[in-house]
Amino acid sequence: MTDRPEIISFDLAGTRVLADAEGVLVVPGEASLIVSDLHFEKGSAYAAGGQMLPPYDTRATLKRLAAAIDRHAPERVIALGDSFHDLGAAGRMAGDDIAAIKAMVAAIDDWVWIEGNHDPQPPEELGGRTAHTLSLGDLVLRHEPLEATARGEIAGHLHPCAKVRGRGRAVRRRCFATDGHRLIMPAFGAYTGGLNICDEAFLACFGRVPDALVMGRDAVHTIGARNCVPDRAQLRASR
Amino acid sequence: MSDTRLPDRFQAWFDSRGWQPRSHQLEMIEAAQAGEDTLLIAPTGGGKTLGGFLPSLIDLEAIVSEAPAQRPHRLHTLYISPLKALSVDVARNLMIPVEEMGLDLRIETRTGDTSASKRQRQRAHPPDILLTTPEQLALFCATANAEAFFADLKRVIIDEVHAIAPQKRGDLLSLGLAAISRWAPDARRAGLSATVADEQGLARWLRAQAVGDDDVFARIVRGDAGARPEVEILDPVERIPWAGHSGRHALAEIYQRIKSARMTLVFVNTRSQAETTFQDLWHLNNDNLPIALHHGSLAPEQRRKVEAAMAKGALKAVVCTSTLDLGIDWGDVDLVIQMGAPKGSSRLIQRLGRANHRLDAPSRALLAPTNRFEHLECEAARDAVALNALDGEPLSAGALDVLAQHVMGRSCGEPVAAATLFEEIRSATPYAHIDRELFDKVMAFASTGGYALQSYDRFRRMVQGKDELWRARSPQIAQRHRMNVGTIVEAPMLDVVISARGRGGRRLGQIEEWFVEQLVPGDTFLFAGQVLKFEAIEDMTARVTRSSDPEPKIPSYQGGKFPLSTYLAQRVRALVQNPGEWSKLPEQVQDWLSLQQEKSMLPPANGLLVETFPRSDKFYLCCYPFEGRLAHQTLGMLITRRLERLRMRPMGFVANEYALAVWGLRDMSGLDFDALFGEEMMGDDLDAWLAESDLMKRTFRNCALIAGLIERRFPGQEKTGRQVTFSTDLIYNVLREHEPDHVLLQAAWADAATGLLDVRRLGQALARVKGGIIHKPLERISPLAVPVMLEVGKEPVYGEAQESILEDASEALIMEALT
Repeated sequence: MTDRPEIISFDLAGTRVLADAEGVLVVPGEASLIVSDLHFEKGSAYAAGGQMLPPYDTRATLKRLAAAIDRHAPERVIALGDSFHDLGAAGRMAGDDIAAIKAMVAAIDDWVWIEGNHDPQPPEELGGRTAHTLSLGDLVLRHEPLEATARGEIAGHLHPCAKVRGRGRAVRRRCFATDGHRLIMPAFGAYTGGLNICDEAFLACFGRVPDALVMGRDAVHTIGARNCVPDRAQLRASR
Repeated sequence: MSDTRLPDRFQAWFDSRGWQPRSHQLEMIEAAQAGEDTLLIAPTGGGKTLGGFLPSLIDLEAIVSEAPAQRPHRLHTLYISPLKALSVDVARNLMIPVEEMGLDLRIETRTGDTSASKRQRQRAHPPDILLTTPEQLALFCATANAEAFFADLKRVIIDEVHAIAPQKRGDLLSLGLAAISRWAPDARRAGLSATVADEQGLARWLRAQAVGDDDVFARIVRGDAGARPEVEILDPVERIPWAGHSGRHALAEIYQRIKSARMTLVFVNTRSQAETTFQDLWHLNNDNLPIALHHGSLAPEQRRKVEAAMAKGALKAVVCTSTLDLGIDWGDVDLVIQMGAPKGSSRLIQRLGRANHRLDAPSRALLAPTNRFEHLECEAARDAVALNALDGEPLSAGALDVLAQHVMGRSCGEPVAAATLFEEIRSATPYAHIDRELFDKVMAFASTGGYALQSYDRFRRMVQGKDELWRARSPQIAQRHRMNVGTIVEAPMLDVVISARGRGGRRLGQIEEWFVEQLVPGDTFLFAGQVLKFEAIEDMTARVTRSSDPEPKIPSYQGGKFPLSTYLAQRVRALVQNPGEWSKLPEQVQDWLSLQQEKSMLPPANGLLVETFPRSDKFYLCCYPFEGRLAHQTLGMLITRRLERLRMRPMGFVANEYALAVWGLRDMSGLDFDALFGEEMMGDDLDAWLAESDLMKRTFRNCALIAGLIERRFPGQEKTGRQVTFSTDLIYNVLREHEPDHVLLQAAWADAATGLLDVRRLGQALARVKGGIIHKPLERISPLAVPVMLEVGKEPVYGEAQESILEDASEALIMEALT
């Protein structure tokens, strides 16, 4: 339906960007696609600890990422850190998943792995280059957001999600968190959970509860901070 | 009559009390001597518990008299009941004959509350008789040396066996019993119950089955039936409501009955109903009668206090839910009042048994229907009681998630070979049908998750040694398994703490987290018999203060909402169809049915009446399957999908216990109703809808917890909001996409079909009405449609609702900065 946009276009610190309902951000002026917190092999990390989660999270994540790349046809892809759940992730990955990543990276002119706290050294054998931060025009890309004013920063790490209440029920979904000056990307990985944007961690970055671009089933919903509610464990902090 | 004689010491004890052993008690002794498993069916107050224990006591007496004073105690009898409180109560009652006969026996209980030191001592020095719960047996199975512990066991007694067997707890217990039979092949089983619908099924459940042979059954021993209960249905002076469950119109009369009885139990079907009924009774309570409240969400201390007061005879009435259904004898109850329809005849008979624990005097009960439809249901239930016609949950095939938990548990205890375990679990009746292929799948699941992509081989939870035996990979894995044993998955609960100024305070009980999440600070609700104001949530606590608000927002707990039993549904349909029997009903109800006959028609007993009518700007379709709310909701989901495809633009539906109403923007009277209600909707439509539904995700979560795919979260583990967690929904989505026939999805599907969706029942209903659908196009709403239409707007509609919450919020507030 036309009144439910699958992609929202907006101005981020002077640069036009697009937020996609699948959870990727596109910077058209730089022909770049940004995706964050893929957490490849989170399932097998839990299996090593005795909880046998289905081992298909890497391929499920890859499948969605491939679709997003197809849709936007970027020249540059930036994986904004925590692409691998831990340092052993590549070693546990199934052969066909490794091949799929290699092919995907090879098909892009410039693939950048930003270093994350889970993957300070993204594996080199998969192709692409690694960086701690990356400048993209007026935008600065890094994994962990600075706890200070950082105009034009795009970061990941916090896995923002928004809880919206209505009709006697509440919905909790992944979202982009932003105040128009900076932005925190939703986590893209199939098994990644979310941290409510009413949490203190977001206050430290934005000075207030940020607004949310919430990922619906086939649309991005723009929802203001005052329509978002905290999870119960956070209620005390916000009192 | 049995010619078995009691040993002298026992006969002397009976004589001293002026009693004669009952014939079923003697028959139990005889069956035990013959080495038979038994199912004892006897009404409450019929000496059933003693009947179960007499063979053990006689056996033990022989051991005591021959042994030296310092004999080594060996576990002789294991008693298992569904309730901790019942174990404690039975232990106390059992001590009376044991002490009076001067038997030197050790009788102990072991529940989740038993201290670690006492458990350890019990393990090293077992008592003669141990009273415990199914979960504790599962823990024994998952611990080393279980074989030695049970080696001398002679008897297992399973109390209230009808209540355990049809549930997942019953599956787990059945597997535990199969393990015991391996360790103690001579141990015999005795099941005790007052209300058994499927006697043969339960008798089969109790016996260890021999693989490949014909089914075997426990011997059924019957007690005297006792006096028939006297059941009265309240014919109120006030107008009977069309819908709703408050029962307010009847309360003045109920209060008078409470006043003239010695002690009354007022049973209701849900916890919220218990709260409102209690509150309303106190408004009427000008005589200040001691009336108390008892339900599962109240703090245990509160409940214990009420129980103690009952036992002392200090109370005049207790408003309660199913927490007081089962066999604890709390006091001298002489009247049982059932508020609202009993939903099943077995439940009603069980509740009637709470009044008057004497066999020769009839128990007295008053049914108080809360609306017109319930009058029909109560009438049907009264007839069923008169015939002693019982219904109950059917025994079904054992759940695979429970089997996965058990095989993991067995490997955490004594190392075991797969072939041995396979043979063992097949002797458990619910799993007798399992073939080796499916068993191996479950073993693979327990070990590595059992995925087609075999990438977890090096992370096995249980491993096979060179001796071919399976054992847990490490002591840590085994310990974690033991912490997750059991099949009861509860919704996350918060403590309700009341205080004057938001500090300190007293714990009133527990309430579902999802309920509290709907509240805004300042909202009022009923809990623990008072109107409370919600203040805040802190950690795992909902903080409240007392409120003077006369109109609270009522908690809509789901706890204890039972579906109408198939058996009663059938009787209700027959009653509606047969005007000759209406004279039993109150005049108001008769008038209502006559009016339906005149304006539309009566629903046929074996077909299905479908009415269509316009109302304001919408078109309605109303049908009356009488199959219970769950089956109707499922039907509603499926019918709306079909109507969408037929471009009828359905807008929503609402279901109650008797009827389903669907509304939309187009007139549906021209449809082919045989096609619309065709059985094939149970195939693809159901699969497609279910796969996406929240209900399936919740069911999957329960299966994943029970099967050990994910671990339960214990209080204290989830205190910080910083914790980034993933939900089982994500796992479900990935698994469904990549391995749709995985064993855990099979288990979840089976659960959804039998439990929350009542798919089996809906399927039977659709088959029943096939070719018998009668369509009545009407100008306006029919009398029978009024109750269900009154519920329109009270229920959320379907899955789209979630998306529309987001749309509402985004339409209301679009950030200027971003557009």
